Amino acid sequence: MKARFDVIVVGAGPAGATAAMILARSGFEVLLLERGKYAGEKNMFGGALFGRVINDLIPNYWEEAPVERYINRKIVTMLSKDSSMSFDFKTEKFAEPPYNGFTVNRSRFDRWYAQKAVEAGALLLNETVVDDLLWEDGRVTGVHTRREQGEVWADVVIAADGAMSLLAEKASLRKRFNPKHFSVGVKEIIQLPKDTIESRFNLAGNEGVSNEFLGGLPGGLQGGGFIYTNKESLSVGVVAQFPSMHPNKVPIYHALAQFKSHPSVRELLKDGVVKEYSAHIIPEGGVEMMPKLYTGGMLVAGDAAGFVLANGLYLEGVNFAIASGVAAAEAVAAAKTKGDYSAATLRKYQQILEEGFVLKDLKEYKHALTFTENSRLHSVYPDLICELAEKLFTVDGTPRTKIIPRALKAIKGKVSWMELFKDGRDAGRTMLW
Amino acid sequence: MVDVGEKLQLVRFRISPEAHIKVDKSRCQKCPHQACAYVCPAACYTRADDGEILFAYEGCLECGSCGIVCDQGAIEWNYPRGGYGVSYRFV
Repeated sequence: MKARFDVIVVGAGPAGATAAMILARSGFEVLLLERGKYAGEKNMFGGALFGRVINDLIPNYWEEAPVERYINRKIVTMLSKDSSMSFDFKTEKFAEPPYNGFTVNRSRFDRWYAQKAVEAGALLLNETVVDDLLWEDGRVTGVHTRREQGEVWADVVIAADGAMSLLAEKASLRKRFNPKHFSVGVKEIIQLPKDTIESRFNLAGNEGVSNEFLGGLPGGLQGGGFIYTNKESLSVGVVAQFPSMHPNKVPIYHALAQFKSHPSVRELLKDGVVKEYSAHIIPEGGVEMMPKLYTGGMLVAGDAAGFVLANGLYLEGVNFAIASGVAAAEAVAAAKTKGDYSAATLRKYQQILEEGFVLKDLKEYKHALTFTENSRLHSVYPDLICELAEKLFTVDGTPRTKIIPRALKAIKGKVSWMELFKDGRDAGRTMLW
Repeated sequence: MVDVGEKLQLVRFRISPEAHIKVDKSRCQKCPHQACAYVCPAACYTRADDGEILFAYEGCLECGSCGIVCDQGAIEWNYPRGGYGVSYRFV
């Protein structure tokens, strides 16, 4: 193999494949390195991809991409032990091109997407683990792979090596991870007949639903569950924050089992056949955990840079990864024009991200972690809301009480006024203003 | 009780002859939380009665959890060699 390229991209996930595709289209010699047997083999997520950013790169991408269902129904559900209360939104607007989002199977989708980079001229090398960076005069000049004669050089390295980003650490762009910035998600793919999925979820044709659940996890675990509809399967999983996990409490696979057996979930999954189990950490710390995004000869993109929006209402990552891949490609193209890949020039990458939704959104929701790490959000409030609904809708021949006095009574002894005020303010500044 | 072993039988692995994650058990002995044993979604880490941490890498989903929670410097987290490890088909 040739030992020198214009650009080396590490990781053929959404961020890396995007950068590789755009740069190859512009005539760069691009080496795209992937540790799996194929792109997507190692990749795991909840199940929804918001692909409007792809449409700018591959118009009408859904016509050829292996997508499952377009998502035009979004449900957010609060769970208590035996009850549930949902916010349910469905629209025809998301059922038309360019579509708001799709459910996808990553081992198929990412493989297809990386192939687009190959078609554009990038050289994709699978089964290649990158172990280290090569340096010269204080800047990155290539990578060391676990192959014979494994050194490869380039003007610039784009580290799109995923949530554990060993390269960002090797380049001293980040410190040791703090568990409070991470959750772990586990998911099962549960096979069901197409017709069964459509009737259970009130879907016609290729319509799909994303349903996120807050509360109801056992043993004080903080996080939630999710169900996404694929064509002939469901993606069903739970996510839990690391600081909420303790030795004497339940492990996450027990939480998944309990979620699946909740009375409001159980019937949706009935008679389904589990096809696969998977797990991955999720970088949820937003700007608080973001590494330095560039150094001389190197950029960090996608999960490696912590580009995930997770705040209870939104759970997005692939769209952020793709947008950061676009920004990385633009910054590299600008550096090429100047013939200079120093940190000072590559700083443009951060500027592009700051002008677009990637860093704007992460900054807009910078308080999300303070909000979501609050234990009351995961148990007390979902329980209260379900309890209040139960009381309001119980018809048992006793005289009724209006909502506010009912609510005040329900809150008593569970949350103090100070806590209620603080939580209301945190919720407000996180989500509302 | 959930049997993780049963779940892992649904997952395809190409098992490398050597472990990709190195665990320094002497540090685990002194670890005050041994969090790896309760966060790992594949139950690769188990705590023996005498407090020793046992690690089996074969069913590792390469999720990163142990690498995130270990603050004792006991886990040297890395990827399996190219083409080995977990191989998802439906995720």
